[in-house]
Amino acid sequence: MSWVNAVIQGLLLGGQYALIACGLSLTFGVMRIVNLAHGDLAVCGAYLALVLTSALGVPVWVTLPLVLPVAFAAGVVLQVLLFGRALRHGELASVLVTFGLSVMIENLLLVKYTSDPRGLPAGALGLASFHIGGQITVSWLFLTAFLTACAVLSGLQLLLSRTSWGRKVRATADDLDTARLVGIRVRPVFAGVAGIAVATAALAGVFIGTIGTFDPFQGTNSLIFAFEAVVIGGIGSLWGTLAGGMALGVTQVVVGQVNQAYAVLAVHLLFLAVLAVRPNGLFAGHRVTREAGALG
Amino acid sequence: MTGMRPTADPATGPGEPGPGAVGPGSPVAVSRWSRTATGFTGVAAVTVVVLAAVPYFAGGPAEAPLITLLTFVAMASQWNLLAGFSGLTSFGQQAYIGVGAYGLYLVAAHGVNPFAAIVAAAVIAAVVSLPVSVLVLRLSGGYFAVATLVIAAVFQIAATLSPSVGGTTGVSVPGLAGYEPVLREALIYWATLAVAVLSVAGVYLLVRRTFGLDARAVGSDPVAAASAGVRVGRSRRLAYLVAGGGAGAVGALIALQTLYVEPTSVFNIQYSVYMLFMVLVGGMGTIEGPVLGALVLFGLQEALSSQGAWYLVIVGGLAVTATLVASRGLWGLASDRFGWSLLPVGYQVRSSRR
Repeated sequence: MSWVNAVIQGLLLGGQYALIACGLSLTFGVMRIVNLAHGDLAVCGAYLALVLTSALGVPVWVTLPLVLPVAFAAGVVLQVLLFGRALRHGELASVLVTFGLSVMIENLLLVKYTSDPRGLPAGALGLASFHIGGQITVSWLFLTAFLTACAVLSGLQLLLSRTSWGRKVRATADDLDTARLVGIRVRPVFAGVAGIAVATAALAGVFIGTIGTFDPFQGTNSLIFAFEAVVIGGIGSLWGTLAGGMALGVTQVVVGQVNQAYAVLAVHLLFLAVLAVRPNGLFAGHRVTREAGALG
Repeated sequence: MTGMRPTADPATGPGEPGPGAVGPGSPVAVSRWSRTATGFTGVAAVTVVVLAAVPYFAGGPAEAPLITLLTFVAMASQWNLLAGFSGLTSFGQQAYIGVGAYGLYLVAAHGVNPFAAIVAAAVIAAVVSLPVSVLVLRLSGGYFAVATLVIAAVFQIAATLSPSVGGTTGVSVPGLAGYEPVLREALIYWATLAVAVLSVAGVYLLVRRTFGLDARAVGSDPVAAASAGVRVGRSRRLAYLVAGGGAGAVGALIALQTLYVEPTSVFNIQYSVYMLFMVLVGGMGTIEGPVLGALVLFGLQEALSSQGAWYLVIVGGLAVTATLVASRGLWGLASDRFGWSLLPVGYQVRSSRR
């Protein structure tokens, strides 16, 4: 029974990984940028929520209507000031610029907030849970995080497949030059995608901070987990990313039940094993290793 | 006169664009070497001799900062081979710095002289990097970059979980107790100088061969390179193995310098930040640039070390600025402005009329 419990907890944890990974996947799918500062931007979201919670004296959830627009705006600004310029210098430059940004964010957070781990107060939701059968306890907070991830992924999927803006995004992702040729203004599309990516990262950061703790250097680890979810799920597939996140989460919790010290190592080894055996991911049908396919 | 830019070379394909392309009566001459290069090589040789003599005339106070500087030079040159020439932006070279440091410990613990163990550590790191390269070279660009971070994390956790190398607390480097402190410091200094000189000269000699042309072609456009007959996989693998072995040697030096090997310090991502900074600010894809970048980082560290985390904020910010504003770094700016090429990699076309 405890193993079933571990699998369920792992699946729920996978939702959090997918939530942070979907922005990474989206940015790469559309702009061909692997944003190495993505995890750090999530951590910034958590710090912003922390500052607002204590300044306004309101629960964490109430700060979201402020955090998410700020994160969206930050994404737009970063795209215009940094990522867009970097892309004009080629893919190599975008890798270098986002890594430099990651270093800057981590150390600015260190200067401002020290390296002490912080947590966001979850309120009543943090303690509430319900039971299935005898031994399985599900935390409402974990379930909320998982359902939020599913909602965000569904929303993104609908946005991309059903709206005219989504059509522009997919056209741009498929072929930038042709998209320009048929009259799509690419820069606003890029700015919107960057905004959404950072907003989803910030949302994930708030959940990370509510469920556990965070510190200035957490971002690199978050980036690695998100990246592993994307690769295991198959680059370019949003639902694959959720499946990849769940595979990570289950591995982490089940191995952690045996020996906590090996939990993270097991996740990395799962990623390396997938890279060795099925480099296109477990859930993607087409070949995408060198040149990632379109979204959807 | 125009020094051929690295990106211009792949257009000519993997064949050597030798002097044969220009006839004897032609008004232009194509050459690789120049009088400036001869002069500079002389200056460089004298500098190395003077540096080698430092322990005799200056001693410890001069050795300590020079050891830091020379370690920077070695790291920058090696990372330049990866990122600058081959387009492989690894942010996980600390994996091999760690392997080298632990390799030195393990070899020295078996009674081998710790200075001889530097070579063994480099070989161990290169051997370890071979199976890793099979995995990570399946990816490219940003995905390759994050995969190298995963490798570094795996190695760090593995070291933490191994009681035989001290787990989280780490181990002291054995075999150095028999040396007089002055002699030990001088030996560490000479070893660092040797690794730095070998790194710069090794990368230079390597990229002057066909490998250099192949690597730069692959770095600019792997598909075009492959279609021109370059063996993309082999070229990238060679760069990765050489850089891994070099990082192993640097790791062994760091273990000797600090006398202690601890997972959180030898696997620190800060090494990658430094490499990125030195190569970007100095000038990517040139031989001179990373050395210049090492000098800049060294100066910056001296000036800002009291600033704590702000130091790294500035380092990151300057690296970003260099990428966006001067993508060929300080050396690129200088060589564009003055036409300098002290250690030419490409070929130069100049008028033979006087």
